[in-house]
Amino acid sequence: MNELLLEYLPLVIFIGIAFAISAVLLIVPFFIAPQHPDPEKVSAYECGFDAFDDARMKFDVRFYLVSLLFIIFDLEVAFLFPWAVAFDDVGAFGFWAMMVFLGILTIGFIYEWRKGALEWD
Amino acid sequence: MADFWQQYGIPFALIVVQSVALIVILLVMIAFLLYADRKVWAAVQMRRGPNVVGPFGLWQSFADLLKFVFKEPIIPAGSNKGLFLLAPLVTAGLALSAWAVIPVNEGWAVANLNVGILFVFAVSSLEVYGVIMAGWASNSKYAFLSALRSAAQMVSYEVSIGFVIVTVLLCAGSLNLSDIVLSQQSPYGLFGWYWLPLLPMFVIFFISALAETNRPPFDLLEAESELVAGFMVEYSSTPYLLFMLGEYVAIVMLCGLGTVLFLGGWLAPFPVAPFTWIPGVIWFVLKVCFLFFLVAMVKAMVPRYRYDQLMRLGWKIFLPLSLAMVVIVAAVLQFWGTGS
Amino acid sequence: MISALFFYLFAAVLIGSAFMVITVRNPVHAVLFLILAFFNAAGLFVLLSAEFLAMILVVVYVGAVMVLFLFVVMMLDVDFAELKAGFLRYLPVGVAVGAIMALELIFVVTAWITAPETIATVPAQAEDVTNTLALGRILYTDYVYLFEAASLILLVAMIGAIVLTLHHKEGVRRQKPADQVARDPKKAIEVVKVQSGRGLS
Repeated sequence: MNELLLEYLPLVIFIGIAFAISAVLLIVPFFIAPQHPDPEKVSAYECGFDAFDDARMKFDVRFYLVSLLFIIFDLEVAFLFPWAVAFDDVGAFGFWAMMVFLGILTIGFIYEWRKGALEWD
Repeated sequence: MADFWQQYGIPFALIVVQSVALIVILLVMIAFLLYADRKVWAAVQMRRGPNVVGPFGLWQSFADLLKFVFKEPIIPAGSNKGLFLLAPLVTAGLALSAWAVIPVNEGWAVANLNVGILFVFAVSSLEVYGVIMAGWASNSKYAFLSALRSAAQMVSYEVSIGFVIVTVLLCAGSLNLSDIVLSQQSPYGLFGWYWLPLLPMFVIFFISALAETNRPPFDLLEAESELVAGFMVEYSSTPYLLFMLGEYVAIVMLCGLGTVLFLGGWLAPFPVAPFTWIPGVIWFVLKVCFLFFLVAMVKAMVPRYRYDQLMRLGWKIFLPLSLAMVVIVAAVLQFWGTGS
Repeated sequence: MISALFFYLFAAVLIGSAFMVITVRNPVHAVLFLILAFFNAAGLFVLLSAEFLAMILVVVYVGAVMVLFLFVVMMLDVDFAELKAGFLRYLPVGVAVGAIMALELIFVVTAWITAPETIATVPAQAEDVTNTLALGRILYTDYVYLFEAASLILLVAMIGAIVLTLHHKEGVRRQKPADQVARDPKKAIEVVKVQSGRGLS
């Protein structure tokens, strides 16, 4: 087993313990706390009346747009990480390569700004 | 067999002990930070805050824990039961997991990953699942609307946090969190840390961290006056506690990350004799507490944002500003050498 | 030994959850199984020492793409009856695409028999160079054209997303912060002297 994996083993164990502690906290009251469910108690919260219909409804397409734009910018950040780490190694060429990359994406950003995609109404 | 224990058993046991110790210390600290949060809030409003349980109300958080455990857990009839219980587990578990890579002192990280900062970034981008799952599984309109809002909010600020991290990486040149701290070591002490050369990024990071963890003034997803409690409206007992715990662990984690990225982690503020005698872990805790105090003060003083203002701030101000700072920092490093 | 154990664990869970993605009835559960599959794929990347790729897989796919997927399946009423109605009509296209993909997969899987020279072994990693640094050194210099092409693809994606989804509502009044800041008492109020006993006319 190599060095690298030795660093990841503690991570796996830590995540396991973190989730185990959370899980214990989660299930404890199901054993020790009183439970008396009745229809009113287990109905979904609504301001004093029964819910008219299912809560899962259609919603504004704008939320999709936000998450689509997020994916694009997230990918942009993903491209920036190795560049930032290798910044001294790639030199001026790498610097200008990234400036062109960011420039092209800035065109897209200006486009979405002018189109009003960032407006929220 | 004995050989096997020598090779695998003892290191394994050591890791388990370390992990459990870190989590327990962390949770105890969070209990007192919760109390401190309430005390700060009360002091700003000229109230006294919790002062009944124990001296000065110090044991308030532990009393709250007991209360939560003995409350009745309610699972709504119309909900998706598995996901309903999975959501708080994911929220709290993920928030705790990120601590695995945070170095609290030189070499004191449970897992000293080469890509530590990416791991933290990945975990904080996963936090949104707890909210979406809770909102959808509850099958309640308030929870659903809240999940929708918060998902869009959290992803919006994720981008600027990414750009902020990139500027720090440009200066540090490593994805390892310990290396990032060590790269801030200089004879100038606290003036050599990244908060000074990268001050605008530190401010953006701090505000984005508030938005990312749904702290006031960005707590739109639980806006009491319109959404009652947002995605948590159907939760009670410890499932609710886990959401609260996850929120606070995530805030303290982002305070810790801010300490590592901008405030020199475990380094002493002045690299001279009386300050360097104090162990690094104490400096780390003090810096985290300082950042947490700022978070608490923001909660006490700033009114809640409106949703369109929130989106405008994220996409039209922070995003272009942080992108421009990436270019500026890179240009400075490129043309004027690694000066900062 | 432990890494082999983890390989079989990740691989088994990956295949199992990938199978569940296409068999479970509830689309939300399908997306959650897909997330599980991505996590295990990230685990496999780590076992190959490709830690940067593993983290980026989680950040981009689980943290961003799957959020969108979850949005779509949770909150869009997908009418399954309607979807099934078109099933027979699109069957030939579906079968053709499926057959081509199956063929390609067979070629890939059997490559170690038919063309053993194409299978590259994982290159030994230099001792002091991290995975990310090694990637950064070649991505922005040797592969610069592909890198710039990626930015063009992202640009097209950005414009496409806006063209497809952006519809402005009519008559929405938006806040204009610049106008609000620019406003001063001179423009906002007018001081009028009113004689007593007379109203303003």
